Formats: sequence, C-alpha cells, structure tokens
Amino acid sequence: MATSKKPLLEVRDLTQHFPIKTGNLFNRQVGAIRAVDGISFDVYPGETLGIVGESGCGKSTTVRSIAQLHKPTSGSVIFNGIDMVKADTRTMLKARQDMQLIFQDPYASLDPRLPVPSIIAEPMVIYNNRKLLPQPMTSHDMELRVEDLMERVGLNKAFKNRYPHEFSGGQRQRIGIARALALNPKIILADEPVSALDVSIQAQILNLLGDLQKEFGLTYLFIAHDLAVIQHISTRIAVMYLGKIVEVSESAQLYDSPKHPYTVALLSAAPIPDPKVERERKRIILTGDVPSPDKERNGCYFYDRCPKKMPWCSCHIPPMFDITDKHQTACWLYSKEDVSKISMEDALADAAKHAVVPKKRK
Amino acid sequence: MSLKPNAKAVLEVKDLKTYFKTDAGIVKAVDGVSFTIHEGETLGIVGESGSGKSVTNLSIMRLIPSPPGRIVGGEVLFEGEDILKLSEAEMRDIRGDKISMIFQDPMTSLNPFLKISTQMIETIRLHNPKMSKKEALERSIEMLKLVGIPSPEKRITSYPHQFSGGMRQRVMIAQALSCDAQVLLADEPTTALDVTIQAQILELIKKINTKMGTAVILVTHDLGVVAGMCDKVCVMYAGRIVETALTEDLYAKPAHPYTEGLIKSVPRMDTANKDKRLFSIEGQPPNVIDLPPCCPFHPRCHKVMEVCKHAYPPGKDLGNHHEVACWLYLDEKTKKAALQDATREEKA
Repeated sequence: MATSKKPLLEVRDLTQHFPIKTGNLFNRQVGAIRAVDGISFDVYPGETLGIVGESGCGKSTTVRSIAQLHKPTSGSVIFNGIDMVKADTRTMLKARQDMQLIFQDPYASLDPRLPVPSIIAEPMVIYNNRKLLPQPMTSHDMELRVEDLMERVGLNKAFKNRYPHEFSGGQRQRIGIARALALNPKIILADEPVSALDVSIQAQILNLLGDLQKEFGLTYLFIAHDLAVIQHISTRIAVMYLGKIVEVSESAQLYDSPKHPYTVALLSAAPIPDPKVERERKRIILTGDVPSPDKERNGCYFYDRCPKKMPWCSCHIPPMFDITDKHQTACWLYSKEDVSKISMEDALADAAKHAVVPKKRK
Repeated sequence: MSLKPNAKAVLEVKDLKTYFKTDAGIVKAVDGVSFTIHEGETLGIVGESGSGKSVTNLSIMRLIPSPPGRIVGGEVLFEGEDILKLSEAEMRDIRGDKISMIFQDPMTSLNPFLKISTQMIETIRLHNPKMSKKEALERSIEMLKLVGIPSPEKRITSYPHQFSGGMRQRVMIAQALSCDAQVLLADEPTTALDVTIQAQILELIKKINTKMGTAVILVTHDLGVVAGMCDKVCVMYAGRIVETALTEDLYAKPAHPYTEGLIKSVPRMDTANKDKRLFSIEGQPPNVIDLPPCCPFHPRCHKVMEVCKHAYPPGKDLGNHHEVACWLYLDEKTKKAALQDATREEKA
C-alpha cells in the first residue's frame, strides 16, 4: 500500500445526475436519476482499486464521469494534478491521454468495419491529429507500435489484416486492451472487462492484466460485479450502493471482516465454488430489490433493505466512519456515539433541526 | 444433501444427439449425452458457452428449431416413456405440465403486452381445461405467494415491465410450477441477475426442490452456484459430458483435466491467493463444426498424450457415481488398441 505517496487520481464529492424531463413542449425537468451521488476516493500509483456493486449502483457511471465522457454534475476529479472537470478542453484532452478505458462488451466496443491494426492505432491517430503527442508519430511508427502491442497482449501478428468478427470474445478483449495501452497510459479504467467472458478465458485475461500492471507499472480502477474477481485483482476495494460508496477497505480485510450490513450481505450472497464451504455458510438473504435512484434521500441509502436498521438511519445520511486507517464505512452502527437507542420521534426531531444545513451548503 | 437411495428415476437421457446443419458443416451441439435424474434431486450441468448445455435442455423439451436443428439420436425417457417419439400434441401435454422450464433472460421470456394474470391463467387453463378462470386466478395468486411476491392479489394485474428482473424471474418460476411439474429445467436462471437477487432465487428453487420433490436440472456456468445447489454435476465440453460426479467428489478430486482447470481458474474470495496467477486453460474452446474423432480438449490439455489426438476416450467408472471420459484413467492395452484402430482408419 502506498498511503505515503501522492494519489494519482483524486475524486471528491463526485455527483452525476441525469435529468428526467417531461418530454412535452416545455420539456421541463421533473427530477433526476442520481446515478452517482457524492463519492470521494483516491487512487494511488501502482495500485488497483476495485469498485464492486450491483447493477444500477453507479459503477460504470463513475468511470465515465472520471473519464469526462459525461460531464459530472458537481465535484472534482483531480488527475495528475489537473482538475479534469474545470480544465478547458485542450488541457483535459492532454491529461486524458494518460487515462484509458477497457469496456465490458468486447462485441460492441470494437468497430466492426475496421481491421484490427486500425482499431489499435486509433488513439494514436487521433492524438497525433490533435498534435497532443509528445512526439509526432509517422504511420510507420504506429505500425511498429501496433505490432509490438499485439504481441504484448498475446495476439498473433499474422492476424493483422483481420476484422473483429473473426476473433473470439477473449481475443477481442485482448484487442481492446491493446488499444487502451496504445498511448502508454498511467491509469486504466476497466469497466467489467471480464464479465462477458467464459471462466477459462476470464482467467487468461485477469492474468494478462496482472502481467501488464507489473511490466508497465500501471494503475487500475477496476469495476466488476463479481466479488471473487474483484478480490483477486484489487489492492483496495470500494463497495457501492445506489450511487454512494458504503465501504472502502483493503481487499483481504474486506472479506475477513466486512462492516457495512450491505457488504456483509453481498459477500454472503456470492457463491463460493466449494461445496463443503458453501453448505456450511450462513446466507443473509436481503429482501426486496435495489430502489430506484430517482429520489433525493435524507437517510441512509440502504435503509429500506437493511437487516440492522435503526430509527436514526431513516433520516440521517451516514458519513464515512473510520474502522482502521485503511478501512472506512458509511454506517451509523460504527459511529462513535451510540445512536441505536434513539427513538424514531427523537431522530426525526433531530433531523428536522439540521435539515436546513445541508440544503444551504448545496 | 446426498443422493436418496431408492428415489424413482424421473428422467433418463440416453445418448442424446442434436445436430445443427449450417452452411459451414454439421454442428454437433450435443453429441451423445446421457444422464439420469431422480425424484427430488438437483442435477447441475456446467460448461462454457457453446458446450451444448442449453441445447441439451431444449432437446429434452423438444424445442429445437428445426430446421436447422435436429435430434438425430438417443432417447429421453420420462417415467419410462420415450418422449422423443411422441407426437407434437402429446408433447404439449408434457411441456409445462410434467416438465417445465425457466429461461435465462427474465426480461424477454414474458409477453410484454399481456398482464401477468393473463399469462399465468393461460398456462394453467391450457393444462386443466376444466378449471374456471376464477379458479385459475386463485391458483396463480397462490403460486405468486409461494415464490415470494409481496401482495400478489394486487401485483397480478401488473404488466411485466412493472416488475424488476428478480421479480420477473419469480413470475417465470411461478408460471413454470403452476401445473406441478415433476421436472424443472432451469437454464441459467440467475445469470442475468445480481448476486443478492441471485441468492433469493436460488433459495427459492431449493425450497421448491425440497418441499415439492421437484427434480431440478440446473444449467449454469457458475461453479459457485453448482457447489451450493446440486447433488450431482455433469461437466460438458464441446457437446459431450466429460465428467459426472457427486458435487463433493467433483470439487474434492476432479478427474478430468478440464474440470480440474475449470475449478482452479475461478478466483475464490475465501482463500487468500494474492499476487498469485490464476491457473488458466490456454487457448480457445474448439469449433464444434466437423470435429475430428479425438478428445476435443486435447489442444488445451496440460496432460495430453498421443492417443488423445486420435480417438475419443470411452467413459470410465471410478466408483461412487463418478464417471469420466479421459484416456488418463484407461489402461495401456485399451489405449494401444484405440491408437492402432485410429491410425488404421486414418490410413484408409
């Protein structure tokens, strides 16, 4: 772990709301989908931060907001000392050179009409045309670089003139990885890179990502919904629920001592491929589904489904509490003051007293 | 969970073969699959995409689109009767009534234009024409309650889009069980769902399995799901079952190199294997078009021998319901004979 080092990527209070409009003549905004609702985290050089959560919790939106594919509603993304949200387009583009994406669906993320070398070379061509590369590249340079990259990710150079449909899912994902490496990035944002792949191919890609990290000193922000995959690849893990980070911890610690009731339930729900272990485990079955993120909430986001909910949680958003210096969780159970005995009336009265404050801050 | 010794066999699949005719050649999607499932048992079928898991299930239900697909051989015995020989009308009485199926994608397997009530009543009345609509509605509500849909009296008049993914899968299960089927074919029932919802649905299937004695065939690619749910597991590769065993045995001592690789290549969160590489099976799954008569796994196998490249291994019983199709477990004499036969044939 590299707590002493300066973080490569700092995300502060990032929010990403998508407007819901009436769709009629006036097209008034009637609400917002709060896909990401105020998250903060740091990514240190050389580490892998895993973000895990169920569908609709805002994992992918987080990555897209960081990469400025959606302009964030508020908050800041400081990458390499540059605030990507406030920077002008050219500065942002220059900074984004060092930040590349790998996408989930290897079938949809490659242009079917381009041969593989053109796909891999595309980032270089674009940045060359924008004159943002440190040194301009000739087409010969690019060709050599593409060959080098193909070899590095385990693609046969003989396949140079083929199109994406001639490759299997795992090979396509390798093409996507080669494209992400083309500009020598510092950080790779990987959005569920293995979830569309078969088990045996998934292991190949995970190993490849591990090797590349060692070789090029890459930093990963890795998104997955598979807890075992996330645990295998990450140094630290952030658990997301409904647009909020509920727990951040080192990956080994998270499995051994999960704190937030949601993390506990999530870990217990994930099956382990061993019948002996699996049959003795106690499952915490959460009731209900993830609620829709279109409401503004003033209590804990997990309140509706939480097996350990207290009256206090219904009207107070939990801040991040420190468990250790490397383990934080957003749950009132770990507050220094004991809030478990407070009745619903008192909790509501207390919330009413403070209700004005967060609005003003906004 | 263990096999019940005197349970009745409800479904026997013997040497099932389903081929698809394509422009590129014949795809042997299922090529000689055999298994038996008893009352109250849960059988898992695992394999990667393209290994023929779903086609096996569809063949049992006789839902293979024909052309291009065709069941070219084998028997599917349901309570001793070969359902592959039944007429389409007789088959309709079996489907849904005796053998039921849950599909992978709850988003597309319900009709978006019809209310849940209409769809459920249709299923029930199709198999019990004497039942009145009112009775069928009551039965549907009862089934929805069983699968844990809150206030089913109100929700039954909703349309599928008003339900979430997990709820839709519950509706599918309710519909599949509304005629007291004896066998439930679940084709990747939780693949499209989140882990916490997956846990709910698996719990539900398990409850139905133990309470109502329904035999369940669970097709999945998730080894974790199999470990928790199944009594017996068949591992499929390129259209064939390469290994069958009781779940404990399969995970404790996998015999086939493919099974071994598959189990080792899944990352586990309960054991710390930080900084260690995952075991990975190199290469790609084979193209099942015009497979030569060899072990289809041999190009990826880490224990490959000469004979593997020339002949498909016959099944070998390792005892305690553990069967494997791998040359590693056959004696030298058989191997030599097979190799000689194969070379003679190749020369000819």
